[in-house]
Amino acid sequence: MTETALATVLIAMLGGAIRVSTPFMFVALGECLTEKSGRINLGLEGNLVLGAMVAYAVSYLSGNPWLGVLAAGGSGLCLGAMHGYICKLPKVNDIAVGIAMMSFGIGVAFFFGKPFIQPTAPRLTSIPLGDWTGSTTLAQALQVNPLFFIGIALAFAMSWAFSNTRWGLIVRMTGDSAASARAMGVSVDLVRFLATSAGGFLAGIGGAFLSLYYPGSWNEGLSSGQGLMAVALVIFARWDPIRCIWAALLFGAAGALGPSLQAVGITQGYYFFNAAPYILTLFIMIASARSKAAVRDVPGELSITK
Amino acid sequence: MTIEAVAVSKPSAGIVNVKTLKIAEAFAIPILALIASGVIFSIFLFVLGKSPVQFFSLIWKGGFGSGFSIQQSLQRSAPLILTGLAFAVPAQIGLTIIGAEGALVLGGFAAAAIAIPLVTVAIPPFLTLPLMALAAIIAGGFWIGLTGWLKHYRGVNETIASLLLSYIAIAIMNFFVEGALRDPASANKPSTMPIGDSYMIGTMPGTNVQWGFAAGIALAILLQILMTRTTFGFAARMTGGNARAAQAQGLPVGFLVVACCAIAGACAGLAGFFEVAAIHGQANASLVAGYGFTGILVAFLARQNPVAVIPVAILFGAIDAAGGLIQRRMGMPDATVLVLQGIIFVVLLTSDTLYGRFAIFQPKATGDRT
Repeated sequence: MTETALATVLIAMLGGAIRVSTPFMFVALGECLTEKSGRINLGLEGNLVLGAMVAYAVSYLSGNPWLGVLAAGGSGLCLGAMHGYICKLPKVNDIAVGIAMMSFGIGVAFFFGKPFIQPTAPRLTSIPLGDWTGSTTLAQALQVNPLFFIGIALAFAMSWAFSNTRWGLIVRMTGDSAASARAMGVSVDLVRFLATSAGGFLAGIGGAFLSLYYPGSWNEGLSSGQGLMAVALVIFARWDPIRCIWAALLFGAAGALGPSLQAVGITQGYYFFNAAPYILTLFIMIASARSKAAVRDVPGELSITK
Repeated sequence: MTIEAVAVSKPSAGIVNVKTLKIAEAFAIPILALIASGVIFSIFLFVLGKSPVQFFSLIWKGGFGSGFSIQQSLQRSAPLILTGLAFAVPAQIGLTIIGAEGALVLGGFAAAAIAIPLVTVAIPPFLTLPLMALAAIIAGGFWIGLTGWLKHYRGVNETIASLLLSYIAIAIMNFFVEGALRDPASANKPSTMPIGDSYMIGTMPGTNVQWGFAAGIALAILLQILMTRTTFGFAARMTGGNARAAQAQGLPVGFLVVACCAIAGACAGLAGFFEVAAIHGQANASLVAGYGFTGILVAFLARQNPVAVIPVAILFGAIDAAGGLIQRRMGMPDATVLVLQGIIFVVLLTSDTLYGRFAIFQPKATGDRT
């Protein structure tokens, strides 16, 4: 590979990573919050798809894409609240409910989304950060959507809140030991309900990014499983919001590798790069399954890691 | 007589009554939940200004109304039976495996891949098809078996591992289908070479139903016998109840875990084989149709009982089959049945909380109730 080709690939990957990673970031932060409270929501794929549809529809009908983003969050909040409410009932399996919520959310999105496949809705505008470079490819790659920065800011805010606020402590305590939370007079069900709802809200916003920015239209094949992979991403990030950003960027870069290699004429083999984050996550799980350092990071109440 | 009354009046009546009570409960609660989801969906339709009566009569008509529609329903239930079994069997040993999708895809791919040289040198179908099925069973069995191995010997959570392996399996198929094994004739949708009409497995005699349905029924019954009537099944269920106790008893827990997972993978792989040999004729992205995930819910509704998977799968096959009719007659999008399915899934899983609420002699809940 020549040097210019390598540069093309790297720049395309950078731009791709920034673009592709944003929805990953939001679902991962949402899932992180939910899992920190000791519950797992496998249904964020449904939130993502429904969020994408709602955002597109609201943006089309109102003409304001940011209203769409908010509405997407609201739809995600509803699904998250449903999950949170159902899972607080005894004997209900949170993993299965998550998968059921996924099929429910996707069904609702496809049902109401039919009329919005054709029209073009106003999309989110991006901030051109690369104009100073004088290179069109770099400028193209550095067209960054504000949601990307909101996601990063949110991750830092979450990280700070987990360690420095009363609410953060309550969420972590609920996730680590429901018994001690109860002993402190905290309503475990309420905390988990709120955490799942808020997590759903974030996943909905991730969906809005898909339909309003990149790829930038609503259709039924919009999501390629980002919502489901959020679970893997959070494990990869070991339940740390800041590490969630890095993980999302890595997943995004791996996803962007295929198309950017295609740009320089390499069309084969990139499926393994697409699968690379999953393989990596699996290896991390294998390596950390019995290590003490990993156990320290895992919320103790989480059903999948017990 | 209510369930409580039986339990109260004859506390010493023994095992038989408890058993019949449990069976009655296992029938009553899902039926109640189905009715409840029907009501919820009717409200949904009502709000949209559509007639619920017309909708449900069309579902009946499209799913079970004629010989043709029944056959359609059975046809569509075939992969769901197999993927439902793929969840139900490991569930008996206490594992939550959600990677049937990957095993199905890999099984279908393995079948299509091994068929290429066999078809090229014109090995007759009666030899080729069993070899394809075997390849699918081995590929799927290995894939989920690997999850079980990781779980038992490396302590990796099986739910997430199976989900990850599922994505890796899809990537493996895509890699070959878009690369080395791509049929140059498949321009828009990269696929492996079609096995050709003469190699397709065809339908069961006198019907339009694919053989996968018969295989699903046979496997469900076999697995039911295996899990409830053999020492293997007893040991597996005991491990599911308390793995540590099983280990202390000297049961080969590791073998049991891997075996149950491999059986699950074999079922899912077989579903992939039938998708290729009976429906698509080649491996391509159509294999990733979500059957693996629907199978999880089918198994949950069947309460992890292999034989009960059959009627549940047929019910969802019927709802699926009726989709086209609803689209034409009521002018509603084909996603309508997805909404109905989603509501049924959510309500039925929520109804899990009702188990044990109707009997008085339930052990008091201890510990956390999450």
